[in-house]
Amino acid sequence: MARVAVTVPASAKRGEVIEIKTLAAHVMETGFRRTQTGELLPRDIITDFVCTYNGVEVFRAELHQAVAANPLIAFTTVATESGTLEFKWTGDNGYVATHKAELKIV
Amino acid sequence: MRAAALFLAAFCACTQAGEIPLAERRSGYEFMGRETRAMQDDDTTNPALFALLDGETLWNRADGAAGRACAACHGDAAQSMKGVAARYPAIVGAKPLNLEQRINACRVEKQRAAAFAYESKELLALTAYVARQSRGLPIAIEANDTTRPFIDAGRALYERRQGQLNLACSQCHDDNWGRSLAGTPIPQAHPTGYPIYRLEWQAMGSLERRLRNCMIGARAEPYAYGSPEMVELELYLMWRARGMKLETPAVRP
Repeated sequence: MARVAVTVPASAKRGEVIEIKTLAAHVMETGFRRTQTGELLPRDIITDFVCTYNGVEVFRAELHQAVAANPLIAFTTVATESGTLEFKWTGDNGYVATHKAELKIV
Repeated sequence: MRAAALFLAAFCACTQAGEIPLAERRSGYEFMGRETRAMQDDDTTNPALFALLDGETLWNRADGAAGRACAACHGDAAQSMKGVAARYPAIVGAKPLNLEQRINACRVEKQRAAAFAYESKELLALTAYVARQSRGLPIAIEANDTTRPFIDAGRALYERRQGQLNLACSQCHDDNWGRSLAGTPIPQAHPTGYPIYRLEWQAMGSLERRLRNCMIGARAEPYAYGSPEMVELELYLMWRARGMKLETPAVRP
């Protein structure tokens, strides 16, 4: 179940720096841990996160094993025009999560 | 060597401080770093958010042979569950039940469904969702003729030395709170925000899980989940934190 929570201001002034906060529900299993019987727990992590603003990439992150479970990614961008912010997380075992948010310039 | 001796002298000097005066009690929140506090304060960055959403789904989902959801009897949790978590563990019949046990009792008796396992995602989610409705309300455990024997039993366990390290809960949390243990601040052990999202666990966990952690740390054999001793200890700790505000779901380091 790919679930995410994204916080984007509903509106902003042109040229304003806006903060975007994202949270994705994910175990981020490192692949280094073992069970009590010694079996290795296979790696299961989010590997990439991308945010596009009206189709233009404004933020990208590569995630690795050291990132905590339920990764919180917060970043800023400049509000240039009204439009859509699209978020995409991809990871091991075919994990994909997407989210869209509308931003209005006032 | 000299430093160790000084530390030991200082440690011994401040033992037997006794119970913390009501006005000096502080939530574990106040011992956390700025970033962790910010994480808890903002509902959109508190990772317990997903447990709350799961809990809401479970609350509204028909389950068991009775085919009834929690909401079918209790309606809107925001109304019906407000203040409930502040009163638990509560005496039901002749013994105290914690919130998890109360939820499971309802599942078995009313929904005729199987009880959720302790620390299962479902039980933590539903407990967090129910307890969330009491956020900001003062803990309301009263010492009266019914509760006093169990509170006293919990207090006795809290003050009893246990494990290979021969430590009582009170030696850290009453006598040495605010000092450091291996670089980590020792809080006063007030259960104000359970179930919590603990960064060390990378997951949600109950007060019993946290208590078992401390017992294992003192190299004692921890009591089983749901055992009478655990619930009595929980009841004592909640009584000890009476009047403090619930923060559920709290974030702890």
